[in-house]
Amino acid sequence: MSRRTTGLAIEAEGLTRSFGDTRALAGIDLQVPAGTVYGLLGPNGAGKTTAVRVLATLLRPDGGSARVFGHDVVTEADKVRSRVSLTGQYASVDEDLTGTENLVLLARLLGLRKPAARERAAALLAAFGLTDASDRQVKKYSGGMRRRIDIAASILNTPDLLFLDEPTTGLDPRSRNQVWEIVRAVVSHGTTVLLTTQYLDEADQLAGRIAVVDHGRVIAEGTPGELKSSIGSGTVHLRLRDPAQRPEAERVLREALDVPVQLAADPVALTARVGEAGTDLDASAQAARVLSDLARAGIVVDNFSLGQPSLDEVFLALTDHPAVPADERDDELEAAR
Amino acid sequence: MSDTTTTTTERAPSVYVPSAEALATVLAPGSRPPRPSALGASLTFGWRAMLKIKHVPEQLFDVTAFPIIMVLMFTYLFGGALAGSPREYLQFFLPGIMVTSVVMITMYTGIGLNTDIEKGIFDRFRTLPVWRPAALVGMIFGDVLRYILAAVVILGLGLVLGFRPEGGVVGVVTGIGLLVIFSFAFSWVWTFFGLILRSEKSVMGVSMMVLFPLTFLSNVFVEPSTMPGWLQAFVKVNPVTQLVAAIRGAMSGDSDPSATMWLLLWSAGFVLVFGTLTMYRYNRR
Repeated sequence: MSRRTTGLAIEAEGLTRSFGDTRALAGIDLQVPAGTVYGLLGPNGAGKTTAVRVLATLLRPDGGSARVFGHDVVTEADKVRSRVSLTGQYASVDEDLTGTENLVLLARLLGLRKPAARERAAALLAAFGLTDASDRQVKKYSGGMRRRIDIAASILNTPDLLFLDEPTTGLDPRSRNQVWEIVRAVVSHGTTVLLTTQYLDEADQLAGRIAVVDHGRVIAEGTPGELKSSIGSGTVHLRLRDPAQRPEAERVLREALDVPVQLAADPVALTARVGEAGTDLDASAQAARVLSDLARAGIVVDNFSLGQPSLDEVFLALTDHPAVPADERDDELEAAR
Repeated sequence: MSDTTTTTTERAPSVYVPSAEALATVLAPGSRPPRPSALGASLTFGWRAMLKIKHVPEQLFDVTAFPIIMVLMFTYLFGGALAGSPREYLQFFLPGIMVTSVVMITMYTGIGLNTDIEKGIFDRFRTLPVWRPAALVGMIFGDVLRYILAAVVILGLGLVLGFRPEGGVVGVVTGIGLLVIFSFAFSWVWTFFGLILRSEKSVMGVSMMVLFPLTFLSNVFVEPSTMPGWLQAFVKVNPVTQLVAAIRGAMSGDSDPSATMWLLLWSAGFVLVFGTLTMYRYNRR
């Protein structure tokens, strides 16, 4: 493939950006290898969208610098623009126009003549399963179709770098899987994808490397495997029949696993991490031991599950605060006052 | 077992399953065409404005119904008192109300831009490697067609009500041409406000605050000679006054070169100042 690029697609150093008193980016460093999917993982308000907007040349950073394929995003914005595409969180196509009109419009703006633009639009609509909806206004599309036309519009020019800002937020599971398949196809053709998401499993499914972002900073970076092993590979969730047994259950868990046990607001629920790095047993063996220890102690468990750490748990582990959006956190603080 | 499989496949024919081969054909990197020229990109954005009119024809209400109401209302309200009869008044008043209506419609440029930005579509436009002002110029191209439509509606109604321009076809076309030039230039004021203000409502508010004095404190409705001196001073420097004088001159066949020159200078000034401010904000948003 002639345009496949090697090396780094994105290099950012110390990017900062404030909006009034809010520090959206507090010094972000990123190194995104070309030809991979890179995930920016974090809650709402963490600065993911701001980072994407800076890298896509939509916003100037207050400080720091960033290069996309070696081109500075501020001084060589035009060169960057010719190689990237952005699918934002909100409308990135015109809702009043039909699917065909949107794609023809953008293809024309990319320099295709009218017949070629029509051809390209029809091919993309077919590949994204939107041929039947091609003459319908985009505002009448379902959520999944909307996302597909957004992405189709972004790959009109087969960009070298595609920004996807929370591409599956608000989608049903089937539409989410469709988007995942499309992302895999896009990256297998040599396009680098920078993906933001709030979901650990999405980053896990798609991304080769993940940067965890919080309060405008990268607080952890690595492959999904590295990140998970740094915080334990799983979590056990327990629900007891009798809330009076919870202190006893907490003691059993702590002894069996040797990790802190979290008591949920629900008086019968407990959570603990398993499969931490450095323990001799894997997560399922530890879970089995927990169950048998609890049974021996005469504690009745109504509900037991072993799952991957959630984003909340990754956040708790990395930051000691839950992954709630910054603005909600402020609300809570205010309510607490 | 095979029955179940068949049923499942038949039951969901409309579900989209991304196919690797189909995606491969559209993802194969083709040669990148040369970027479109500044004019080509602007015209393509103008085409978008046309498509929006096609899909939402209600938006033509403000360039058809609104001007008709303005003409009828003021012609019959003031005509008898100011010129003896509505028909007499119309000879003086029609170019003025045409200017008032069209200049008022220019504010929709700012509102439209603000809505587009709010919805997010401008993020896509701003990441395209095209001539930077193209999205805005194209938008205003679309609006220019709306201005022409409004002017033609007013002219048609005027002719029906008894407006008889001495300047003939050439004079009328020249007059509308001057109006379009000025309105194109003036639209850049609203693109600027559309970019800096937070909501559609605030754009509307600012527009009204600017447009009401600008259109009413002019020579549109009455001769400025009847006004107090301080007001005459404002009316004299008001670009709308120059515009109305130039158009009245052209349509009555008695052209006013000084007003026309001022009008063109004002137009150049608006594009230069507000076009530059708009692009500055557009690039740094």
